This record gives sequence, C-alpha cells and structure tokens, in this order.
Amino acid sequence: MANNEKKQSENSNKLLNWIDERFPYTETMRYHITEYYASKNFNFWYVFGVLAMVILVIQLFTGIFLTMNYKPSATDAFSSVEYIMRDVEWGWLIRYMHSTGASFFFIVVYLHMFRAMLYGSYKKPRELIWIIGMLIFIVLMAEAFAGYLLPWGQMSYWGAQVIISIFGAIPFIGEALVEIIRGDYSISDITLNRFFALHVIALPLALVALIFVHIVALHEVGSNNPDGIDIKKYKNEEGIPIDGVAFHPYHTSKDLVAIIIFLMIFSMVVFFAPEMGGYFLEYSNFEKANPMATPEHIVPVWYFTPFYALLRAVPDKLGGAILMGLAVILPLFLPWLDRAKVKSIRYRGWIYKTALSLFAISFIALGVLGVLPAEGVYILLARIFGILYFGFFILMPYYTKIDKTKPVPDRVT
Amino acid sequence: MTEKVDQSKRHFLTIATAVTGGVGIAFAAVPFLSSLKPSARARALGAPVEVPLASLEPGEMIRVVWRGRLVYVLRRTEEMLGRLVGVTEYLRDPNSSNVELQPSYATNEHRSLNPEYLVVEGSCTHLGCAPLPQFEVTPSSDWFGGFFCPCHGSKFDLSGRVYKGVPAPTNLRVPPYTFSQTNVITIGIDSGSA
Repeated sequence: MANNEKKQSENSNKLLNWIDERFPYTETMRYHITEYYASKNFNFWYVFGVLAMVILVIQLFTGIFLTMNYKPSATDAFSSVEYIMRDVEWGWLIRYMHSTGASFFFIVVYLHMFRAMLYGSYKKPRELIWIIGMLIFIVLMAEAFAGYLLPWGQMSYWGAQVIISIFGAIPFIGEALVEIIRGDYSISDITLNRFFALHVIALPLALVALIFVHIVALHEVGSNNPDGIDIKKYKNEEGIPIDGVAFHPYHTSKDLVAIIIFLMIFSMVVFFAPEMGGYFLEYSNFEKANPMATPEHIVPVWYFTPFYALLRAVPDKLGGAILMGLAVILPLFLPWLDRAKVKSIRYRGWIYKTALSLFAISFIALGVLGVLPAEGVYILLARIFGILYFGFFILMPYYTKIDKTKPVPDRVT
Repeated sequence: MTEKVDQSKRHFLTIATAVTGGVGIAFAAVPFLSSLKPSARARALGAPVEVPLASLEPGEMIRVVWRGRLVYVLRRTEEMLGRLVGVTEYLRDPNSSNVELQPSYATNEHRSLNPEYLVVEGSCTHLGCAPLPQFEVTPSSDWFGGFFCPCHGSKFDLSGRVYKGVPAPTNLRVPPYTFSQTNVITIGIDSGSA
C-alpha cells in the first residue's frame, strides 16, 4: 500500500515537473496564492473582493445558459424571456440567479469601494489598482445597463431611451452620438441586437481583462489592511512579512465562510424575493415595450438611482448630464484629492470621519431620492445631498490636510 | 560590419512604422464605425405616414408612429387655441425662435399649418420620454393645459411650447407634414414640396 502511494505521488510530481518546464504553473500558484502574503488582521470588509469574483462567475455561467434560449430581437425578446421563465426546465432559476446577481454585484462592489475609502486603499502605492477598479465599475455599469434592455419590457425600453438621450446633451456631437449608439432613429430592434452583442461579448471580455489586471496590480504591491500599514517593513529571516499570512490556506478558508454566508443570503433572495418588491426587477418591465406610451413612474434599477437623482436635481439638460457624469468620475481622483499622511480611518481625525459619514449618508439618501418622484421637497433634498456628495470630493484636499491624524503604529494591531 | 548601432536611423524607422500602422488602423476603423450608423434598411423605413382626420373629434388626440418616433396629432378646439395667448409669459420660447425645431410653416403661435391641428413629436426634448396629454386647466395655477412629461416633470403648452423652469431645454419638435387631401395629414413630407 505504502509503496503504491509513494509511486502515485512520484508520478504526480513527474507530471508537475513536465508542466513546470513548459508553463510556470507552480511559480504562478506560489506567487499569487500559496505564497501571497496578506495582512493577518483583515476584517469583514475584506471579503467583498472575493465575493465580487464569485458573483462574476455566477453571472458568466448563468449568462451562457440564458443565451441559449434568449432571442435578441424586438419581436421575440420579451416572449423568449417568458419562455425561459415558464417553459425551459429550471429556466426561472437560471434567470432569477442572473437578475439577482446583477443587484448583488453592485451591493458587493459598492461595499468593496467603501472599504477602500475606509482604509485608504487607494493611496500610494495602490493608485493604479484604484483606477483600474474604477474602470471596472464603469464597465460594470455599462454591462448592467445593456443587460437591462434585453428583456424588452416597458422599463427596459424607456430606461434605455432616457439614459441614451443623456448623451444627446453633449454639445455638437451629441445627436450624432445618440444615433450611433442606437443605430436607428429611435430605440429599435437594431439597438436591442447591438446591446446584446455588447452585453454578452464585448463588455464581459473587458470586465474579465480589467479584473485580471486589477489583481496583477494588487499582487505586485500587496494588499492594504485595516491599519493602513506596510506589512513588508518587518520580515522574518525567510523574507516573509511577520504580520502576513499566506492567501491560501489562511485567507481562503476565511473567505469560504464569507462565500457560504453570501450564498445563503443570495439563495434566499433568488427563491423568496427575486423581484425584491420591484427594486431588483421592476414591475413595469413585466409589460412588453411599447414605444407609444411611457410608464407613469420611470426609475432606473436601484443601483443607478444615486446618480439618477443628481441628473434630476438640475432643471437643465446639459447641467444634469454633466453632474451625473462627474458623480461617477470624481472618485477616480481620490488618490490625489486625499492629502492625509495616514491611510486608515483608525488614525484619521474627526474631520475625515465626519466627511466620510456624510458622504455615505448622502450616497444612500440620493439612492432613495432617485426612486421617489422628482417633485417638491424631494428635489430640494436631492440638491442638498448632491452638494454634500460633491463637497466630499471637492473640499477633500483642504480638509484632509488640516485634519489632525493620530500616530500610526509600526505593526498591525 | 561595424558593431555600432545607428540610433537615429532606428528611431526614424520606429516612428515611421508606428505612423504607417496608425494610419492603417485609422482606415480599418472606418468600416467598423460606419456599421454602427443607421443601416440602409433603417433609413428606408422613414417612409411618410398618412393620418386620416375624419374621425378625430375636437379636443381629441391620436398617436402615430413615423420613423419609429411617436407623433401626436391633436385637434384643438377654439377654447384651447384661446389659451395659447395667456400662457406665453410662462414659456421659454413662445415665438418658436429656435428654427430647427419646426418647419418654417409651423413657426407661429399655434405651431402648425392649420391652427386647428397640432402635429408634434411625442418625445420630450429632455430625455425622450413620451409626454402625457393633460389638456385640462388647473384652476389657480399657471397650468393652461398641454403635455406633461412623467419622467422628469417637463411641461409643454397646447402648442408643444416648453414652460420655464423645467428640465426640457426646447419646445417639442414638429415633424415635416402636409395636408395631402382635405382630411388627411401626411407626416414626413414637407408642405409645399410635394
């Protein structure tokens, strides 16, 4: 018996050697997984990157299966989605996983981004990771938007009408640009067909490529931690950071717990509340697209509402569009707007803590306002929270400089 | 053969290669970008649409689709036309001075060929929602009846003229149209050109 086992392990070693001479398998595994050292004091905020990867896999996988039954044409799209829901074996489950996955993708990505803001993960030397991350976020928004047109319901149609029209606000080239996006004089079969191409080929490819680069950049400089300290300063005699533990098996086993909890919540939504009261799947979208009538109350899906509230807060077409674009783009500049000497919120002063809290509150408040009708006091509130949102970024170079920071310890706590 | 590398020559060749490649890519991009524009079929679908008016009662509005765009045809009553005067102080462009938005024969207070019939595109000039017809006057307010966009609250009067202080920047667009017969409007053909 023992001999047999020895033989087997020798054989697998042989195979590994054979591969390693032709492909850097062991080297890559070590560099990125078994010998990638991340700080031992990660807290729950550090699980959202992994969770985003899990959702990406869910979306890619369910997406492939949906494509097998979906028809990207104005006449067939709506009924093919109904067909998936009613006639395809387990089709409802696959579709609900995909639609719930879209909302969860944004929940997780927003939390992942907030983590970076809490612990200054965008600061030197991780500026590029942050920028790539922001690009991922923008591509993800485009991906979600393109996907939302595909069921060809009322909200798909009119939501796309509104969002595409925003580009028409750009001076001079606006109208021509809108025509190129739509490929027609109105949203039509042609638009649906090209959005399908973008949703299933172009944007997912871009997303996967950007995520790959995001992780390569992360593993080059190493992960940040809740103390915002460089763990590479103190290494043992083998050159391993004293405060770091290997990604595998230590972080992976912790992540596995997070993944299980996540999948439990995810399943509960998929099985018991896939529409989430009209927030994950809007009720007007159960009606086929009708170019003759706009639904009474038109709102984008919840993850776009903070930006949408800003668009509506300004009684001017171009102004609203600019404000909305700025709100999406501004975080890109965080690494240079933030002048604080320390990274983590733990060692920052009361000014930044207040500012970040106000920012989080205004983001959520704008999200809520984006769902409500744009009238009366809601517009006023959207303006107030809009000012807080932009104030957070624009005043940042000033208040992070004068903010009293606490001394940062040498080692992680 | 000398070991020396002629750096300036190498530099020149690098630049020349890059420029040639760049020009090639620019040319190769043309067909791909052009394929994104409305196709010949999409352009051909812009045929004129005939709208019979015989069954349209005064104060009634119908929706038709021309070139994939929604067009409203409203038969206004005398009373409705009367309201066009009182509303002007609340309007951004009461005289339709933005000439691109309507054919010259509709550049007037009633923005139409025949004052009785209003023909406008049912596409809000803000972000393209279809404004809802709300023809009743609201007492004790500045609402003289017209079109209300449910998406972002833009307001237009009974001639499709935009109110002040709303997100829509301009009046509703008037498509080219003509009375091809006494009781038929043809949308898509300019009056006097056919």
